[in-house]
Amino acid sequence: MTDATANTPRPKTSLIEVDARTKRRNAAEARFKAYGITAIAIGLLFLVVLLGSIIANGVGAFQQTFVNVPVYLDPAKLDKKGNRNIEEMKKVSTFGYNPLIQQGLLDKVTELGIETPLQKRKEMKAMLSASAAAQVRDFVLANPDKLGETVEFKLLAASRVDGYLKDRVQREDVARDKNIDAEHLDLTDELVKAGVVAKTFNISFITGADASESRAEQAGIGVAMLGSFFMMIVVLVLSLPIGVAASIYLEEFAPKNRWTDLIEVNISNLAAVPSIVFGILGLAVFIQFMHLPQSAPIVGGLVLTLMTLPTIIISTRASLKSVPPSIRDAALGVGASKMQSVFHHVLPLAMPGILTGTIIGLAQALGETAPLLLIGMVGYIATNVPDGIAAGFLDPNSAMPAQIYEWAKRADPAYYERAWGGIIILLVFLLTMNIIAIILRRRFERRW
Amino acid sequence: MTQNETKISANGVQVFYGDTHAIKDVDVQIEDKTVTAFIGPSGCGKSTFLRCLNRMNDTIDICRVEGKITIDGDDIYDKRVDPVQLRAKVGMVFQKPNPFPKSIYDNIAYGPRIHGLAKNKAELDEIVEKSLRRGAIWDEVKDRLDAPGTGLSGGQQQRLCIARAVATEPEVLLMDEPCSALDPIATAQVEELIDELRSNYSVVIVTHSMQQAARVSQKTAFFHLGNLVEFGETGKIFTNPEDPRTESYITGRIG
Repeated sequence: MTDATANTPRPKTSLIEVDARTKRRNAAEARFKAYGITAIAIGLLFLVVLLGSIIANGVGAFQQTFVNVPVYLDPAKLDKKGNRNIEEMKKVSTFGYNPLIQQGLLDKVTELGIETPLQKRKEMKAMLSASAAAQVRDFVLANPDKLGETVEFKLLAASRVDGYLKDRVQREDVARDKNIDAEHLDLTDELVKAGVVAKTFNISFITGADASESRAEQAGIGVAMLGSFFMMIVVLVLSLPIGVAASIYLEEFAPKNRWTDLIEVNISNLAAVPSIVFGILGLAVFIQFMHLPQSAPIVGGLVLTLMTLPTIIISTRASLKSVPPSIRDAALGVGASKMQSVFHHVLPLAMPGILTGTIIGLAQALGETAPLLLIGMVGYIATNVPDGIAAGFLDPNSAMPAQIYEWAKRADPAYYERAWGGIIILLVFLLTMNIIAIILRRRFERRW
Repeated sequence: MTQNETKISANGVQVFYGDTHAIKDVDVQIEDKTVTAFIGPSGCGKSTFLRCLNRMNDTIDICRVEGKITIDGDDIYDKRVDPVQLRAKVGMVFQKPNPFPKSIYDNIAYGPRIHGLAKNKAELDEIVEKSLRRGAIWDEVKDRLDAPGTGLSGGQQQRLCIARAVATEPEVLLMDEPCSALDPIATAQVEELIDELRSNYSVVIVTHSMQQAARVSQKTAFFHLGNLVEFGETGKIFTNPEDPRTESYITGRIG
């Protein structure tokens, strides 16, 4: 067989002409490249659609409609005894303030000469947020000397008015809505022209607390952000030292035997355990057994630590492994102890990898919702800013993804918009963390 | 040639990697202020034996060493011996130059620092300069001690590693194929350096190059398949070997 081929004279071929076999091979290569480019294009398309829809839906949450209303702070109503005693003034609830605010808005409408069939004071109620009275009351209690004066307030508009200006509420919807009538929308149009009603950037969406179901316009993600922040502190403080210590021991010191193999397999398995399992574990261990407070960031942090540890251990071990063994030899060769060789040479070289892994783990934990469901961080209405550090860890709170989930569940479409807005904020955090991870890796990576 | 006193003495050394019997019953006496070369084909166990002399094999879990190795009469595998102290006494230079990814200064200063050889910065500076001079690299790097050691050329890196090894004032210097990654000019420099180091240290060098062994060493040990076949004066091994296997190897018929 070999003889036969050897003896056949080779046909003359030219390098200029490509033979059929090479053509087929080149075609296959070109096809493969095309598949790859298509796959990437599909991926990019989804990314663009995703980001586009998030921004289109959520950007409205960062703007809010406000109404500028001059309110006459009537001493006869707000301080009946006239002695400016704060304790007595506190007895006047928001119900006492509502008529003054509504009257103020009605007077403004009349003053501007806007023609509207809404001539009763009570009919102004639909224009303003239910939170307006509380805002005015807080102002009066803080500045009792302003009683008797007319003060211009920038009050939140009702969520229907806000929705109308953001095209969320259409005129045809209003017929079925008992909260607002078409006349209110006409009035809104006129007030926008007069500059009394305006959309402005809404900082309190980022810094504020959650609000009740009927006050979408007041809700903010700030308190949930604090909850996430305290959870992340718990996760960082626990999982980084524990994870790094465990990895260093396993990678550098532990004997390689059946037990360490078993531990290694189990760590890899833990990384793949669904996060809700960690949630129910946290519920059983931290809340039911250890009686830690429910819905508290410390419990959330503990649960997320369990979830993050395998990620950190795996990435730390990978970066320890990537340090060339010649460095360990070099250190041992000059008489360094095992621990000195690890802490003086191996660990500093592995540090960028460890930090990257930690940040990626934290980013995962920040976006995790499922375990929080089970320890009660979803469903708790985060309306109070925690006072102090200890309260930050121990008082009930929510977390950003939990807050988003909570908003998405609510019926009012205004909350739907806020859920998207919350997602934008969450994504900004995640993106920032990932960029930090990339920068750390670029800056400290060493080439051998 | 004058007879120096014995520095390292190995008796009946056996090394096992798991089930593999890597070194079989090796007896060798290594003299002080002498360059001893280990030669032999790849996989014959010469590097393994070298690594037994400063217990670098301890870091390999499955490796087991039997027999007795003494340095100045002390059994280095005695339970009371701390391998860290041993390695300060028996320095090592590796096949591939492996400077720490730190400055040239820190590369040299690391050993003296962890062993507490310098009381202050001035003393440390002195040790660094002396070591770099002994490593025959001082003139090339004296102006850039803060530059990273990894930025030097291969030959410079290897001389830096030798300087690093001598900085801890060892008594024995083990070299595992120190020139295999170097070009002929760098090799010549390192060989010259080894010859100078002989006046202070007992040097053991593993090499694949028989010419190198002939050039730098006074004693040569020929290993084959885990056995020490022949050990003696370098001149005699290369001109008048006793064992036929040695003769075959140095004449290029095996290996």
